[in-house]
Amino acid sequence: MNYFPDEVIEHIFDFIASHKDRNSISLVSKSWHKIERCSRKKVFIGNCYAINPERLIERFPSLRSLTLKGKPHFADFNLVPHEWGGFVHPWIDALAKARVGLEELRLKRMVVSDESLELLSRSFASFKSLVLVSCEGFTTDGLASIAANCRHLRELDLQENEIEDHRGQWLNCFPETSTALTSLNFSCLKGETNLAALERLVARSPNLESLKVNRAVPLDALTRLMSCAPQLVDLGVGSYENEPDQESFVKLMDAIKKCTELRSLSGFSEVAPLCLTAFYPICENLTSLNLSYAAEIQGNHLVRFIQFCKRLQRLWILDSIGDKGLEVVASTCKELQELRVFPSDLHDEEDNDTAVTEIGLVAISAGCPKLHSILYFCKQMTNAALITVAKNCPNFIRFRLCILEPNKPDHTTSQSLDEGFGAIVQACKGLRRLSVSGLLTDKVFLYIGMYAEQLEMLSIAFAGDTDKGMLYVLNGCKKMRKLEIRDSPFGNAALLADVDKYRTMRSLWMSSCEVTLGGCKRLARNAPWLNVEIINENENNDLMERNEEDEREKVDRLYLYRTVVGARKDAPPCVTIL
Amino acid sequence: MSGFRDVCSSSSGSVNVMIGVSPAEERDDNPAAALSSEDSSSPEETVRGAELDLALGLSIGLNSRRNHHHSKVRSFSSSLASSSSSLTRESGTKRSADSSAAASKGPVAIGWPPLRTYRINSLVNNQAKSLATEDDIQKDTTKNGVKKDDVGFIKSSMLVKVTMDGVIIGRKIDLNALDSYEALAKTLEQMFFHTPSSVTTRCKGSELLDGSSEHIITYQDKDGDWMLVGDVPWQMFLGSVKRLRIMRRAGETGGGK
Repeated sequence: MNYFPDEVIEHIFDFIASHKDRNSISLVSKSWHKIERCSRKKVFIGNCYAINPERLIERFPSLRSLTLKGKPHFADFNLVPHEWGGFVHPWIDALAKARVGLEELRLKRMVVSDESLELLSRSFASFKSLVLVSCEGFTTDGLASIAANCRHLRELDLQENEIEDHRGQWLNCFPETSTALTSLNFSCLKGETNLAALERLVARSPNLESLKVNRAVPLDALTRLMSCAPQLVDLGVGSYENEPDQESFVKLMDAIKKCTELRSLSGFSEVAPLCLTAFYPICENLTSLNLSYAAEIQGNHLVRFIQFCKRLQRLWILDSIGDKGLEVVASTCKELQELRVFPSDLHDEEDNDTAVTEIGLVAISAGCPKLHSILYFCKQMTNAALITVAKNCPNFIRFRLCILEPNKPDHTTSQSLDEGFGAIVQACKGLRRLSVSGLLTDKVFLYIGMYAEQLEMLSIAFAGDTDKGMLYVLNGCKKMRKLEIRDSPFGNAALLADVDKYRTMRSLWMSSCEVTLGGCKRLARNAPWLNVEIINENENNDLMERNEEDEREKVDRLYLYRTVVGARKDAPPCVTIL
Repeated sequence: MSGFRDVCSSSSGSVNVMIGVSPAEERDDNPAAALSSEDSSSPEETVRGAELDLALGLSIGLNSRRNHHHSKVRSFSSSLASSSSSLTRESGTKRSADSSAAASKGPVAIGWPPLRTYRINSLVNNQAKSLATEDDIQKDTTKNGVKKDDVGFIKSSMLVKVTMDGVIIGRKIDLNALDSYEALAKTLEQMFFHTPSSVTTRCKGSELLDGSSEHIITYQDKDGDWMLVGDVPWQMFLGSVKRLRIMRRAGETGGGK
């Protein structure tokens, strides 16, 4: 029973921002469902094929902000063919036709074309914010349309996209009247940048807080940019492989000193160490630092820099920092919440003593009490270290460990790492995301199924012995949403044991496992509400003697996801939807 | 002593999982752990380069005894060749997508380690640059500064895709970081032919160019034609090359893009 008028309830709902909570509200009663859906401004769609744009618009007519995700996560690692899907065009088209007042669009792993961007730019008069992460299919011409036509554009954030750079003048396309920019990130563009246009744009954008330039913006240009935007909070710098001369260096440092609001620093895809030192004056203000592309800076320079960054909450770094460097981080960065350590050298250098090991991980866990997210690439690990880490940091929400060599055991005991990961899941009761690696048997999955009650996303590679492993996870992890498995011996028995489980999950990915075509077909028959996709990419199709009807044939890549709109119509030839 | 069996049989409420039990106990109770400890204590692990192969061969070999359908996995986890631990699967005839790669016995990169292409490319660029232009940099930069006109300026990169027959995943190479065909060949040699296993065709960069190797480098030019690399002056080549392809000489099974 509602004792309040709808407007009041709607007003109360306005305070509820999280998608999960709003979804829960809409289940309370028919009336609440209606109020909720009519007032909903932001919608998050984790799998663009789970629903279609028409139904989205029907349910949420007041939509202002849409987030869409396309390709599965393993597409990041080239496991999904480029033409697989995830096209945004039908969405933009439908939203345009329905005259939705779209203001924000956030896309991840989707295929975006210049036509789509053009349509987007012309269809939504109040459009304010475009964020593209790991997308592809467009060029700087598409960016030019956005710049030219979106009069109220505040945010253009391009993260790690594959953008064909026509070396055009897209920056020039921002009209002189455009002064509303708060965030501009074009760090992933490969081509040259029109510096004059960029400087004019920055100069007339007093609200600009976040600026991330690409490699082609030289040091002197950066100095000028910072001079006319001392209000910057978030800065991504370009590449400076040559040491600056004295004068340039002084100018740079002066400009940097004025940026007292600067909290976040990134970029540095090549940077001479001296350039890094120019940022010393603002180090102690930094809360976020991404030096993970600075492959040429040696560990000692990194360490010297980080020593000043006492307020750091987020650090992305290369393993060239070494265990010693991580020990410095542990003693300096007491506010650290998120750490990512990426590999700097994919050769297997014999004398690479500077890479990180379990020692660095333990040091961090001991020194940083607020740490809750970690992504750690390393060459070796031990159970003892993981057990210690678990004891030191029971607050992990995300724990992703990638030991570079598949199946590598504990290097001191030659045991599997089951116990170590077991300790992590047992201690970290709030763990939502986990990636495991190294030598692992079914046992680790037993532990995960038993203890990881909040786990939503699990990534498995080269692990496990039998179907039991996967079954432990499917049976135990009640909150599992995304499960992705590669090169592990799980087969039909595990896949088919509990078909209804997939109703509660967003998706399952299995590649190079033991599931067969027959198993997948059976699953598809028993679960018509699932799209069961088999991906089979073959360069030598005509020469392969693949017997399509052979049900015992193993499926190379399987991707299944729940959907309310049935099989998609845009699948390429290499994808079969059962 | 509580162990694996206990964990299996008790209900979840009161189980005391044996975290941190000493290896000796674990080995007794846990057949899986025993197996894995056997796996890694191979006495043949002398040569570091071969070590990875053997250790993995043993561990996976043992696994594959229990799962006889499971393909053997060998890891070439070192070189830039795959920019990742590349794996070859020697599969039975029923496997489809990987069979061609396995049959060709070339290194197969399958997206490991899990790094975004964007990130791998940034490492590749750095490696390629340092390989090819070390001399140049030493000539151009002094300890204290740089040539006046070069302050902070960087050449934009010219990334072209490189595919190799038998390798599923293509790579990208920055041609602006190289100054000659020799440098190109050397870089390609590092990318595609450097693995610790001797199963792959050993190949010297120079062999790629002079025709003595089993592989040849070809490129697609602006008109879409495929040409043999090395015939035109380097700068002219840079102006017309769109992509590269390393082809196997004889018995080449069509199907390239």
